[in-house]
Amino acid sequence: MLEWLSDNRASIAAVLILAMIGTFVWSIVIGRRQAKLTANDEVFGDPVRTKGGWYWAVCGVSALFLLWSYYSWGVGRAYFPNAANEMCQIAKLEEAVSPIKAALPIGSRYYKSTLLASRNSDQLDDLEAQLGGTVFADAEKSELLDVIGQVRELIANSSNPTNMGEEPKAELLSLAERLNDLSSDIAAGPHGLTPSDEALAQPKWGTTFTEIPILPITERGMLFDTASVEAAEIAAAFNKIRNKFPANDVLIDDIKTRIDALKEINESGEFDELDRADREDYVKAVERIFKRLDDGLIFPAAALEDVGTAIANLDAAASDAQGGLRYADALFFPGPGIVKSRTQCTEQGAARWLPKPTDVVATFARLANPDVENGGGYRGFPLLWWDWLPIADVIAFFIPDWIADVWPGEYASHGPDGTITPNFKDNLLAFAQGDVSLGYIPMLDGHIWDSLFRVLVALGLGIFLGVPLGLFMGVSRFFKSFFDPLIELYRPVPPLAWAPLILTIFGIHDDGKIFLLFMVAFAIMVISARTGASGVLLSKIRASHSLGASDGQIMWNVILPNAMPEILTGTRIAVGVCWGTLVAAEMLAGTTGVGFIENIARTVSDYELIWVTILIMGVLGLVFDLIMRWIIKRTIPWRGMG
Amino acid sequence: MADLVCENLSMTFTNPQTGAAVHALKDINFTLKKGELLSVLGPSGCGKTTLLNLIAGFINATDGYAKLGGKTIDAPGVERGMVFQQGALFEWLPVSRNVDFGLRMKKNNPEENVRLVERWLDIVGLQGFGDTPTYQLSGGMQQRVALARCLINDPEVILMDEPLGALDALTREKMQSLVLELWKETGKTIMIITHSVEEALLLGERLFVMAPRPGRVHKEYRLPFAERGLKESLREIKHDPYFSEVREEILTMIWDMEEEIMGRA
Repeated sequence: MLEWLSDNRASIAAVLILAMIGTFVWSIVIGRRQAKLTANDEVFGDPVRTKGGWYWAVCGVSALFLLWSYYSWGVGRAYFPNAANEMCQIAKLEEAVSPIKAALPIGSRYYKSTLLASRNSDQLDDLEAQLGGTVFADAEKSELLDVIGQVRELIANSSNPTNMGEEPKAELLSLAERLNDLSSDIAAGPHGLTPSDEALAQPKWGTTFTEIPILPITERGMLFDTASVEAAEIAAAFNKIRNKFPANDVLIDDIKTRIDALKEINESGEFDELDRADREDYVKAVERIFKRLDDGLIFPAAALEDVGTAIANLDAAASDAQGGLRYADALFFPGPGIVKSRTQCTEQGAARWLPKPTDVVATFARLANPDVENGGGYRGFPLLWWDWLPIADVIAFFIPDWIADVWPGEYASHGPDGTITPNFKDNLLAFAQGDVSLGYIPMLDGHIWDSLFRVLVALGLGIFLGVPLGLFMGVSRFFKSFFDPLIELYRPVPPLAWAPLILTIFGIHDDGKIFLLFMVAFAIMVISARTGASGVLLSKIRASHSLGASDGQIMWNVILPNAMPEILTGTRIAVGVCWGTLVAAEMLAGTTGVGFIENIARTVSDYELIWVTILIMGVLGLVFDLIMRWIIKRTIPWRGMG
Repeated sequence: MADLVCENLSMTFTNPQTGAAVHALKDINFTLKKGELLSVLGPSGCGKTTLLNLIAGFINATDGYAKLGGKTIDAPGVERGMVFQQGALFEWLPVSRNVDFGLRMKKNNPEENVRLVERWLDIVGLQGFGDTPTYQLSGGMQQRVALARCLINDPEVILMDEPLGALDALTREKMQSLVLELWKETGKTIMIITHSVEEALLLGERLFVMAPRPGRVHKEYRLPFAERGLKESLREIKHDPYFSEVREEILTMIWDMEEEIMGRA
């Protein structure tokens, strides 16, 4: 069932998108009708105008879903399931001709030759200007000037069409012809081309991590795929062509010899360290420029015109052959489209980091599957499930080992026959370490539970210790003044600034994260309990004194209940802040938890997983808050009534 | 005899920054016999509330002393019940738990508490409201709860700090009758601080008019209206010529004091 849903996600999305468009339109119709009904009852600014309006909520949610679907290419995939595959084949052709385009003012602004000539000439100018300030002797300076002049000549010679040899001329002409033939082939259309069985057996778009099936599955795709092979060959041949001729060969040999001679002088050992370094640097700079120009990569602009025209023809033919796909691409695939890298085709733009709604659901379903052996969960650990927990482990968690250490007596030592008879102290240690069998209890398990557990334990400790301290700070000058500086010193530090230190001290296991969260919860609970305690009306305190209550009774029966609204509000805030801090702490270190999943997903750029973890955290945070709101509503209905 | 005796009772507040001393009360002397009903009037700042707080034991006198039944007062005690302007009820507890608060603090027998709560709710006219949250009650009903909460502890003196100040006129009149009834039935000593001259006349068997700077008892009256209020309607008493005469006299007195404070006299 799940598999069927997964394979048909594009069709499911198609139905859902139609339904959402319907809902969107319907909610607007209802909203407008309702607006007409109430238009005369309420003036602008009347708070009643914000009441109700569920239809606008529906409208907003469906608009959000549609926008999400659109920018994630969910709409495109739903209605043009083969488009990505075809765009991938077009991208293949684009990739194949890209080396040729890069040399022409088609793929870039200038001819590659123009750039080579201008940049190197500029650098030669700079070197020439620097020459006056160098440590070279006058004779050497004129020699260097000469060499620089020769390198300039090299550029000038290469750029002159009349110098060009017959061989590269003929090669460029033949490449232009081959490109024109390729254009005619593409214009002729996909005659007799059929997709291979292997291509048709590929997983559908989006059902695997590689996203887009790379082998062509349509005739049009086959056409571009075949063309891309030929184009790649042409490009390879183009890359091999060099603009070489005898005049330059002589010049190159001469420059080489003169540079070698200069280098030799530098290495003769006559100069001190600093001078030698300066001399070597200068000569090396000249040589570096020369090396860029000695392999015949500069062509006269006129010589490349034919190839340029052929590439323009090819682009036009390819564009025509795309047909309707061009419009689908422009309308339903916002962003730069699909790019072919060495091994795969990838979506670019918003679709790259914004997964399609159906893919998010599928990823969540995979993650939520508790069957870890068969690809469920994450990193061999379920998202949220249950497991048998040894009771001994729970007890060992609460009983520290040192209790056995301080128990009177000695641990048993091995007897003369080599056997060990454990005494009570040994048994106590085993108990404290959980090395006993006491049966099992079912316990929640999984990444989400680990995150929840950390928050709940830290929050529990924070409430248990923070509320009493806060109450005492609210009623006692000593407690207030003694503890206030301590708490105010550590509280303003962002929890994440503490994280590296605390994780270093406690290690990456639960204790470090729990302590970090405890610090967060503790400060919030102290402050809120203190505010609550110090906010008790004096008359209530006096009344209870006159009713014969002792100080302790007043604390428990008057100050604590009176501070309950603040304490619960503080708890609500602490839950939210703890949750936020936890996820970040889990990103820093650890092997389980929702934040851990997101961190790993980040390192492998698994955007679907990142979004799923974001959604999980958002939903859990919302659930926490709703629970706290419910508790507050139930436990302190008298809030603000005193 | 559980008389309330104040002798040379003085209270000086010292400003911790400037060291300036303010004589809130100076040499207050009076004896309130058991069962007497005293009302205290005076312009703002004359030390009425300070006097009440001293007797309640919330603050300690700088000089002189207050004694109840021969015992010097130095801390709040259950034998001196308090009723505050706003009730000072515990809003997280229902009416019955508010009323038996003092008994619970004493660890009284819970069954007896239930019986006593029933009885006192009955007396103050709140039968059947035991489980109602206090914040759902009207201001007058809240003051009834405060009265019951105070009286259930069987205090020797009841101290009331403007107990009816926040109520509307009609409720106020009803509550005044209730206070008189309770006074009659329980025979408690009651000291009531008020801003309202009429209320002070109606409720005060004895009446102190206090004057500021330093706070002192300016004039004392003994009035028949509280006794009469037990039998007659309070509204009729207000039409009594003697009532009007005393009222005018006190109003003029307080008016002059206020003028003096403002520096116009």
